[in-house]
Amino acid sequence: MTARLLLAALLIVVAIARANAAAQTPPPGASSCSGCHAMKKSVDTPVPRLVGRNPADIEAAMVAFRAGQRPSSVMGRIAKGFTDDEVRAIAAWYGAQKD
Amino acid sequence: MVVIGGGFAGATCARALKRLNPRLAVTLVEASRVFTACPFSNEVVAGLRELAAQQFRYDRLAGEGIALNFSEAKAVDPQGRAVMLASGAKLAYDRLVVAPGIDFRWDALPGYGEAAAEQMPHAWKAGPQTLLLRRQIAAMPDGGTVVIAVPANPYRCPPGPYERASLIAHELKTKKPKSKLLILDAKDAFSKQKLFQSGWAALYPGLIEWIALSAGGKVTSVDPSAMTLTTDFATHKADVANVIPAQKAGTIAGLAGVADQTGWCPIDPVSFASTLQPNIHVIGDAAIAGAMPKSAFAANAQAKVCAAAVAALLAGDTPTSPKLINTCYSLLAPDYGISVAGVYHPVDGKLVDVEGAGGTSPLDASADARATEAKLATGWFRTITGEVFG
Repeated sequence: MTARLLLAALLIVVAIARANAAAQTPPPGASSCSGCHAMKKSVDTPVPRLVGRNPADIEAAMVAFRAGQRPSSVMGRIAKGFTDDEVRAIAAWYGAQKD
Repeated sequence: MVVIGGGFAGATCARALKRLNPRLAVTLVEASRVFTACPFSNEVVAGLRELAAQQFRYDRLAGEGIALNFSEAKAVDPQGRAVMLASGAKLAYDRLVVAPGIDFRWDALPGYGEAAAEQMPHAWKAGPQTLLLRRQIAAMPDGGTVVIAVPANPYRCPPGPYERASLIAHELKTKKPKSKLLILDAKDAFSKQKLFQSGWAALYPGLIEWIALSAGGKVTSVDPSAMTLTTDFATHKADVANVIPAQKAGTIAGLAGVADQTGWCPIDPVSFASTLQPNIHVIGDAAIAGAMPKSAFAANAQAKVCAAAVAALLAGDTPTSPKLINTCYSLLAPDYGISVAGVYHPVDGKLVDVEGAGGTSPLDASADARATEAKLATGWFRTITGEVFG
């Protein structure tokens, strides 16, 4: 019983460590976004923040930008540089970031 | 970790390293206590913005536990892994990030040196030179000629000379409408060229003349006392001369042995590790980053990728192949913005464009779209300076 509890505790610790690693190390492309999409709340800009947003919303926006279905200035040109998998990873990473 | 240079590349990298691994000891070596940003400094030249809006301090970096060493790096010993400072101190490192930006090739243009820059400012490092050029334009009589001399590639901020021409033209049109602006170019093509030229035709008809390399645009010598610029074809008299000299990686890059015969620094595109010296990474304007331009956005993006690679290497891991973005806005007038964007990835040891992505604003965009891009440009500056210094 004790061994089982220990194992469960260990698995939780590993899971948390993995989640932290996912939150910390940005997937390819993600770290460039914050050049325009502010990480901090305090910045005055018309560009929306990505931190803590629903990953599905980020993904849907990127897919629409790429297809030219959503009007934009630079996002249509940038979204074309990313695959579905890359977009999904970037969206998940920003969704996992906390203020 | 030691980072040399507190600009968009170096300051970003120091903060990103500390964030990725708070236990890392990070020292930032920077000669100046105040950073003066180049992006938007063309607005200062044209009297549209004050220099103070370009200036940032390093207090927030210190607050995050980054050791700030306000000294000049004078030498690097790659084998002994140490940086020698002007103060006489020696900083040991496991890995070094070199982010010195640019320096000028003072020997490249006959007649033009540091003394000549007091008569014919370059204003290509923001600060006193920016204000000198601004004062000269403000003092120029109506009907005068402003000449901008532009070097061959590569140089810091490829569209910068043409944005500068635009905003100076805006000032001339408003305050000195009989004046002219002449661009003497050592190139036959330039960044966002069609967008600039169609904007000039619409906003400043007849005011800006661009002379390309093939039309005799390359300046071969200058005479600051006579205020003349000479090309293979003609000698041009200027009332205000803005000479943008040829450039190279910041001096310390050469001293550290990370610059090659071009004067710039070859790097591995995954980790930004120098291909010439061990345990040294080069980011920002100093690096040969393939298709990525020498912009503040690119420097910031490279710095974050480099930091992640360094953190991985220090942990004994292999850095993952990155993707990077560049976005660069130019203003043709305070309410008229254009942009270029690109996405890059390593292929065969070089950073290349991701095919099908990137490009410029449309040539036929509405006035509203241009105004929106001008607002986005301002937002970008606030965002990036907030991330790097705020």
